[in-house]
Amino acid sequence: MKIRLQDHILVPKHEILSKEEAEELLKILGISKEQLPKIKASDPIVVEIGAKPGDIIKITRKSLTAGKSVFYRLVV
Amino acid sequence: MIPKRLAAIKFEVLSPQEIRRMSVAKIVTPETYDDDGFPIEGGLMDTRLGVIDPGLKCKTCGGKAGECPGHFGHIELAAPVIHVGYAKLIARLLNGTCRECGRILMKDERRDKFVEEIRKRIAMNQNYDDIIKEVFRLTKAAKKCPHCGAEQVEIKFDKPTFYYEGEHRLTPKDVRERLEKIPNEDLPAFGIDPKIARPEWFVLTVLPVPPVTVRPSIILETGQRSEDDLTHKLVDIIRINQRFLENREAGAPPQILEDLWELLQYHITTYLDNEVSGIPPARHRSGRPLKTLAQRLKGKEGRFRKSLSGKRVNFSARTVISPDPAISISEVGVPKEIAEELTVPIFVTPRNIEIAREFILRSEHPKANYIVRPDGKRIRVIESNKEELAEKLEPGWIVERQLMDGDIVLFNRQPSLHRMSIMAHYVRVLPYKTFRLNPAVCPPYNADFDGDEMNLHVPQTLEAQAEAKILMAVQEHILSPRFGGPIIGGIHDHISGLYLLTRGNKKFSREETIQLLRALDVSEVPVKDEYTGKEIFSYILPKITLEFKAEVCQGCEFCKGENCEYDAYVVIRNGQLLKGTIDEKAVGAFKGVIIDEIIRKYGKEEAKKFIDRMTQLAIRVITSVGFTIGIDDIEIPKEAEEQIEEVIRNAEKKVDELIKAYKEGNLEPMPGRSLEETLEMNIMRELGKARDQAGKIAGRFLGDENPAVIMAVSGARGSMLNLTQMAACIGQQSVRGERIVRGYTYSNRTLPHFKPGDLGSKARGFVRSSYKKGLSPIEFFFHAAGGREGLVDTAVRTSQSGYLQRRMINALQDLKVEYDGTVREQTSGVLVQYRFGEDGVDPAKSYRGKAVDVKRILKEIIEEVKQYGE
Ligand SMILES: [Mg+2]
Ligand SMILES: [Zn+2]
Ligand SMILES: [Zn+2]
Ligand SMILES: [Zn+2]
Repeated sequence: MKIRLQDHILVPKHEILSKEEAEELLKILGISKEQLPKIKASDPIVVEIGAKPGDIIKITRKSLTAGKSVFYRLVV
Repeated sequence: MIPKRLAAIKFEVLSPQEIRRMSVAKIVTPETYDDDGFPIEGGLMDTRLGVIDPGLKCKTCGGKAGECPGHFGHIELAAPVIHVGYAKLIARLLNGTCRECGRILMKDERRDKFVEEIRKRIAMNQNYDDIIKEVFRLTKAAKKCPHCGAEQVEIKFDKPTFYYEGEHRLTPKDVRERLEKIPNEDLPAFGIDPKIARPEWFVLTVLPVPPVTVRPSIILETGQRSEDDLTHKLVDIIRINQRFLENREAGAPPQILEDLWELLQYHITTYLDNEVSGIPPARHRSGRPLKTLAQRLKGKEGRFRKSLSGKRVNFSARTVISPDPAISISEVGVPKEIAEELTVPIFVTPRNIEIAREFILRSEHPKANYIVRPDGKRIRVIESNKEELAEKLEPGWIVERQLMDGDIVLFNRQPSLHRMSIMAHYVRVLPYKTFRLNPAVCPPYNADFDGDEMNLHVPQTLEAQAEAKILMAVQEHILSPRFGGPIIGGIHDHISGLYLLTRGNKKFSREETIQLLRALDVSEVPVKDEYTGKEIFSYILPKITLEFKAEVCQGCEFCKGENCEYDAYVVIRNGQLLKGTIDEKAVGAFKGVIIDEIIRKYGKEEAKKFIDRMTQLAIRVITSVGFTIGIDDIEIPKEAEEQIEEVIRNAEKKVDELIKAYKEGNLEPMPGRSLEETLEMNIMRELGKARDQAGKIAGRFLGDENPAVIMAVSGARGSMLNLTQMAACIGQQSVRGERIVRGYTYSNRTLPHFKPGDLGSKARGFVRSSYKKGLSPIEFFFHAAGGREGLVDTAVRTSQSGYLQRRMINALQDLKVEYDGTVREQTSGVLVQYRFGEDGVDPAKSYRGKAVDVKRILKEIIEEVKQYGE
């Protein structure tokens, strides 16, 4: 049996941004892709959601200070 | 001058050719000066290497001392010598390459794979140490050369610079020959770029001689020359080098040559690094170890931390600090002597030229010290030239006038651990020799007056002054970003004073009241015959409405609120203190809810004014009421002593019973604990309980009017535990959280006064005496053991946290919170956080760490609604 990592309580939500969303994000931040924080393509969660190098992943976490916080990473 | 920008810095290894190429002189003789004191040609002080004596000219560039930057020379070594800095890398290379053909001990395809991997990592700006480590590991393990088939013998590296192949020792010459054989194509796999460094260059054949300007000799008072440590070391090297040459030419036996070679290696090793493990450091005649090249760079006193990261500044002053409760928290008292030395520039314009002229013409305190002409020339203003200078003064000149009242300065106390360690204060020029500061700003600086010194800096441009006033002023730092509460507030006597003023319903006559309030700018004090302390405090209070439990609150099970019988529930309505006692909770630094409320409702300026008035009122109250403490204030009556004695005796009896039960095997172990642990915990609890009880008894007899008790309950200074220890019982001493057990291990006892294996309270560090009564010698010994742990802990903690802080600052120094709330690295623009702290809240503007103070908002809305309703 294979366990879905995303079902684990400590693993936050990971989603792949669509091309439009990714462009929008980079435009808002005013930076190039390379200036984003990175995540390895071999990372288990990246493998699970099927993201490829060059994709941007949106991570929605629970936060002690803000309740909910959003983070983006570039798959490398 | 044309400004230039460095694009990159690259470090390379000097090749022998490069060393000779940059050399202006071959150094051949160990002599430095001739009999007339002139530098000898071909010696270490050769004038081609630059000059340090005034009057002499450099033979290379013609410059005089101070103009000539100095030039490198070189020494041709009679035999190759290992460079200690590369010794370990040499060992790895010898083990990683074939002893016959010099090729890497790995097939070409494999090598290319590693090289490619390294290239990728470099392109991504990532660390590739792990790959190189893997290459060295694999090649070292190889038994046979894949290229020529030669058997490999492991080379043992003997620190610091020796290599053995089995029993046979490799000379540096052998080593160099082997390294020469390594082809360029194999080097990248070892992380070496052959254009930058050839491995044979790690074995020196020619040694660069640094310019004399790098190692200047100093002339002692006796007129004798004293050479730099580096020069001494170079003399040693040349001397041995010459001896080696002479011996070899004379055909000396190989044993002698080998010894000389080893000596040469020793001198060159210690010349490069005099703290290498495995060999004794080279010493000066006096026995002091020499400071050679590595020592010049390394550590806190080295070139990096002392000379490059650390800077010395002008326009600064340092002296001892002392308190002055009469000045504002935003002021600093500056001794007149210092004020006369430090200056503020006046940039002369048509509009201020008259003012500037006046300063030049003055001959007393706020006068001009210097004027600076537009050409940069600096002229000291003295009695004889002041009229002439005032006459010549024109817009565009700068007049440096002495520091005076109202100037803005930065005030700092080390260690500067947080931003409140440097704040901007306004100058008050005062007599005497110490910096004066209001005791209310001691907490942010963590200062006290037991000899602490502080630094003061005068900003030298209008921009810097404006920035200091707007960003660094004391009132900007009342709320700490550490916990979102006030870090500036009342301490010690401020708290005792207000406690004495506001506790209960104390009455003050009109005269007394006026005495208390006269120095404060309070308006509209109604004329009455009698005032309560609470009324007097209300006169300095802005219009705030607040309810909270005071520090003196007993924590009753059911709080009666306004009707608290201890006067511990504070009620302030519309700026009137109606109920409760003002103490640490209300106005103290770190707690101060009143300060908190004022700053949120009326802003920083008002909060500053309140702190100024509050501290001054408190000091006036405490001086007029009178407050003191002496040894008799912790005296308790015989009756109390007997009760305490009884409590302790009972506890000791219980401990004895526990031990008896343990020895007879009747003790029930607690879940998850061994029998011994259970016993220890029970004993500790029993004795702790006894001490607390003793403290309660003592507290009861000391009474609420006792000054020590007042200080403890109001939060001014000290705790009830301190009082317990002074008056009743010091209690159990501990080391590492356990009763004291160590001592004579072989007989299992702490001191020879006890029987082996004694587990009783006395034998394991319970101190039943009080500080006032005094400790018995045995108790004193245990107390010293416990006290020592505390001292060691603080010493270790400060050094560890200091190092941690250094590393954190290094890691975080380039991060900045941008206007869009993101955190970015400043040079690369890399994003670190999408929202600062995930919630984007500035903790200094938060409410005790929370983003919004919902309660406060509700309260304000309710009040507003009420007003509308009326
Ligand atoms: Mg001190
Ligand atoms: Zn020169
Ligand atoms: Zn080979
Ligand atoms: Zn209460």
